[in-house]
Formats: sequence, structure tokens, C-alpha cells
Amino acid sequence: MSSRGSPSCFPEARRVAIFGGTHGNEMSGVTLVNMWIKNRAEIERSGLTARPFITNPRAVEKCSRYIDTDLNRAFTPENLSTPSGDGLPYEVQRAKEINQIFGPKGSPDAYDVIFDLHNTTSNMGSTLILESSTDHFNLQMVQYIKKAMAPESCMVLLNEHPHLKYSTSRSVSKHPIGLEVGPQPQGVLRSNIFESMRAIMKHALDFIELFNSGVEFPACSVEVFRVHERMDYPRDTNGNITAMVHPHLQDCDWEPLNPGDPMFQTFDGRTILYEGVSPVYPTFINEAAYYEKQQAFVTTRRETLAANSIRKTST
Amino acid sequence: MEVVSLPVLHRMAVCGGTHGDEMTGVFLVPELERQRREKGDGIWPIALTTVLSNPRAIKECKRYVEKDLNRCFTSALLSSSITDSTPYEIQRAQELNSLLGPKDTEDAIDIICDLHNTTANMGLTVISYSFSNWVCLHLFKYLKEKVTTVPVRLMLLDIPICDAYSLESVSKYGISLEAGPQPQGVVRADIFNFMKEAVNAVMDWIKIFNSGQVIEGGELESYMVEKSIDYPRDPETQRPSAAVHPQLQDQDFCLLKPGDPMFLTFSGETVKYEGEPRHPIFINEAAYYEKGIAFHLAQKKNITIPSIQAKKD
Repeated sequence: MSSRGSPSCFPEARRVAIFGGTHGNEMSGVTLVNMWIKNRAEIERSGLTARPFITNPRAVEKCSRYIDTDLNRAFTPENLSTPSGDGLPYEVQRAKEINQIFGPKGSPDAYDVIFDLHNTTSNMGSTLILESSTDHFNLQMVQYIKKAMAPESCMVLLNEHPHLKYSTSRSVSKHPIGLEVGPQPQGVLRSNIFESMRAIMKHALDFIELFNSGVEFPACSVEVFRVHERMDYPRDTNGNITAMVHPHLQDCDWEPLNPGDPMFQTFDGRTILYEGVSPVYPTFINEAAYYEKQQAFVTTRRETLAANSIRKTST
Repeated sequence: MEVVSLPVLHRMAVCGGTHGDEMTGVFLVPELERQRREKGDGIWPIALTTVLSNPRAIKECKRYVEKDLNRCFTSALLSSSITDSTPYEIQRAQELNSLLGPKDTEDAIDIICDLHNTTANMGLTVISYSFSNWVCLHLFKYLKEKVTTVPVRLMLLDIPICDAYSLESVSKYGISLEAGPQPQGVVRADIFNFMKEAVNAVMDWIKIFNSGQVIEGGELESYMVEKSIDYPRDPETQRPSAAVHPQLQDQDFCLLKPGDPMFLTFSGETVKYEGEPRHPIFINEAAYYEKGIAFHLAQKKNITIPSIQAKKD
């Protein structure tokens, strides 16, 4: 494949962070980051510093998702600029601290890359989450990771949706990447899930090391699933859910959901069908933490993005 | 073998949300009430009470608020005095004991069916105490015949009634129905469906029993819990330093033999099992990390149960 013009140039990515415990009960990240804090050998690479960091230590201590509010929704411009004070929810105060250390968000002083390690109860396998379709550094990195993980599959979820996009911990960096591996119950550490996440991080750091050493990555295509719509559970007039994800949809993340396919099953046994206009690719199907966020699953559309060739800026 | 005569059953309870994040029961209990409103009490063979055991924990979608409710039903805790500092769950246990018990008396409800979920791959496991007599074991036998979409097994706890700590010990013939694997806070339709099937099967059995028919006995396989194994832990931090080995993960009720892989440390070493051949249960249950339990070990025991027949009073 020939390059489309000259490569996109980025400065070396020297300041890298690995976040664990953004949700205190998602155990792969908590365990990996604690392990790397104790012994950094595995994450050492020439030309960069990879800093492991527990973002929500109080939630980790309690083994709960959060204390007052979801840290991974807390990095809004309002929260980051609000004055410090005793009345602030714990996670808002924490977001401000993290922004000081790894940001400020949007400034030239922000960390180059932040990986945020998450687990999900959904059957999503290994998933990389991007927030921008035009960050060619990130597009090349996820493509590298996908190829390195093969034949184990690694999906790329793109959340660039104007309303559904949210202010994540990793968004304080220039190149944020979410790692989402499931299925794993909250509070549980599964060995296979742990090792998958560990492998993804290994490949990610290898990529950055290669990039920093001057390797040029040629233009390529990246298959992504772009977030389209959030689907809530059917609810009664009191707001209680009246149906569950249908057995035929349960665990079928990334498989096409066609109009007329079963979607929910009521507690008394009736089937509710998907009545969209065209096939979609559902994901985050039956994530425990999303019941309170009114999300049974999210629909996505498959897309192929063109990633420019990239290399580091020559000095 | 002689047919054992037992009293007719009059009252039963189905309980959900004893752990507030075990969602099958949290949703199935209101569904039973909805059926009662729609079709009347006649749909059930005996008087049915439905209970959401730990409403505060359900509201917060947590296992418990202050103390695990399902450890509060020992005779000692049920008779302890309540002060302002008594944990919520101990008070609630005493309320439930008034409602459904009192435990170990003639006034106690006949059957409690307490609905639970586990993150372990246990299919449908019927849990009972070995002091419970033939009714519980016959219920298991019937469930094993009728529920065919998942494996159905019997786990027995060899604990005398005064030390029995869980909710179902309040009734004369109590069982827990434990369904998994299901994450906390999640309701899976497949698990909900077989749990509903199981509750209906319990009702069917009660109807058959109460009709006076002789119910054939036979041989049953049970798993008697003996002990539990904890994770290897870091001596400084006390955090686990290994995960359940991938070859053991999800293999609940298999036979674990000496030399079989048990844990895989984060530095890549395999820790092997060294003990008598036993059956691990509750492998990697989320709620047991804080109790220092990676899994229980049980011995398989065959039990012979007699034929039984209800004697009308």
C-alpha cells in the first residue's frame, strides 16, 4: 500500500502513564498496576517512562466502582476548573489532582499517552477504546496491538459521539487509550483476563518504543466500531426495569443485531424485538455498572478508518 | 425400605435479595408477587410468603450494608440483644426470624427457598444442612430430574442447627438455590429462566407430596463441604499474589487431585494442589475474597433416601 503523501509526524511519546483502579472493583487493572508499582521491570522500555498509577485508591480499598461519583465521568471542564474545597465529591477532587499530575488537559505539558485499564461484565473480549477518529498515532497503535494479539481478537471501539462521549480519566493526555477486557465479574480476578490485559500493555509499550526509536509505520486501514446509540432496558412508570437482555443477545457483543432479532425478555417471558432500521453491532451488553446509567447495551456501526503513515518528528 | 411418614406442608417462603447484589432473586420475588396479583393465590399449592430479605442492601445494590445477612442466623445471634450500635443485618435477621420462624420451633415456616447467585460456575446448586431431613433431599432429587438446562448438584453443610448461620435454617426444611455464574449487579435471562423453573418445580413437588402420594426414594450424590483454601497472599500487603489457575477456573465440582494446578502467580509460577482428592466448589466467588476463600473443598458422598409420604393431620 502506498503512502498518502508524507507521513504525519508526532513528537516522541516519552511520558506514558498506566492507570488502574479508575473503577475500584475492576481487578485486572488494580492488580497489574499494583504489581508494576512494586516492580517496574516488565514495563520498562528505552526512550520512555511508563508510570503505573492507581487513580481511585479509596474505591480500590473498598472494592467498589466509586465512592461519591464515577471518576471516569468526572473530567469535565466544569469539574477541572471548580475551586477545591471540603464539599467536593471525592472523585471530583481526585480528578483535579490527576489533572495536575498528568495534565493539564489540553495543554502542551500533558502526558503523551495514558492507558486506562478496565474490566467489563460484558462478553467484549479484549477491546481498545478510542475517543478520536483523527488521532493517527492512536490509530496506528491500535492496529499494531491488534496484529500482535492475533489470532486472539482485539476490537476497537470508537466513542466520538457528541452526546454519548464522556470525560474519562485518560482524556487528560494527548493520546488517551482505554483498555476494556471482559467478561469478568466486579471484584473477581480471572487469570485469562489478567494475562490478556498484560499482553495488550506489552504490545502497546513495544509500539511506543519502536515509534520513539524512529520506526515509520506505513499507512493502513483500521476497522473500528463507532458508537451509535444507547439502548436502555424497558422500564415501568416507576422506572423499574421490566425486562432482561434476551438470551439470544446475551454474550453476543460485536455480532450483528438485525431488525426483528430478539432483544429483551420480560420477567413474565415475552420477547421484545429489535426494531431498528438497519443492522447494528451491539456491545457493552449487560454491563453491571450501566443499569444505573440506563444502558442495557450500546449499538455501534462498523467503519474502516484510514490511518496515515506516522513517524516521530525529526529534531 | 419402609416409607417414612411426614406431616403435610402448609407454609413456604421464597426469599430474594438476601445479598442485595444477587439479582435473580431481587427480580424473581417481585415477579412472583405480580403473578399473585394477576392470577390469585390459587396458583400455588400452599400459602406462599415472598420476602426481599435485605431491602437496604438491595437499594444500594451491595451484598450487605454492615454485615453479611446470610451469616446472622445462628441461634446466638438471633437471641442477642439489640442496641443502637447493633449492625443493621443482625436486627433484620431477628425480624426475619419473627416473620418466618422462630428457628427450631414448631411455629417455624415449613420451607424456605432462598435465592442466591454466585460468580462461580456452579450451574444450579441446592444447598442444605445435613441436619435437614428427607424433604430437602427429595426436593433436590426432584429438581435434578426436572431442571435439565443446567447441571444440578447438592451441596451439604455438616453444621448443627444452632450453628447454622444462613436464612433457610430458620425454616423446618430450608434450601438455598445458588445459580451461577452471574456477576454481581447483573441479571442474566438464562439464569433467571432456570431459577424460575426451579421455583416452579419446588411448588410442583409440594403439590405432589401434599396429595399423599408415595414419593420414591433412591440414591443421591452430594458434596459435603470440608474446608476452604485461600489465595496465596503477599506477606506485606496481604493482597492475593496469584489468581485461580486457568485450568481450575470454572471447573466447579470437578475432581482436584494432588499435583493438579491450583493457582497461577503473577510471576508465572503454577501452585499445585497437595491434599486428598476433593471437589472444589465456589471457585473464584467475588464475595469470598474478603473471607479469605479462593474455593471450598468437598467430598462426594452417596446418600440413600427413603420413600416418603405425607400423613394428613
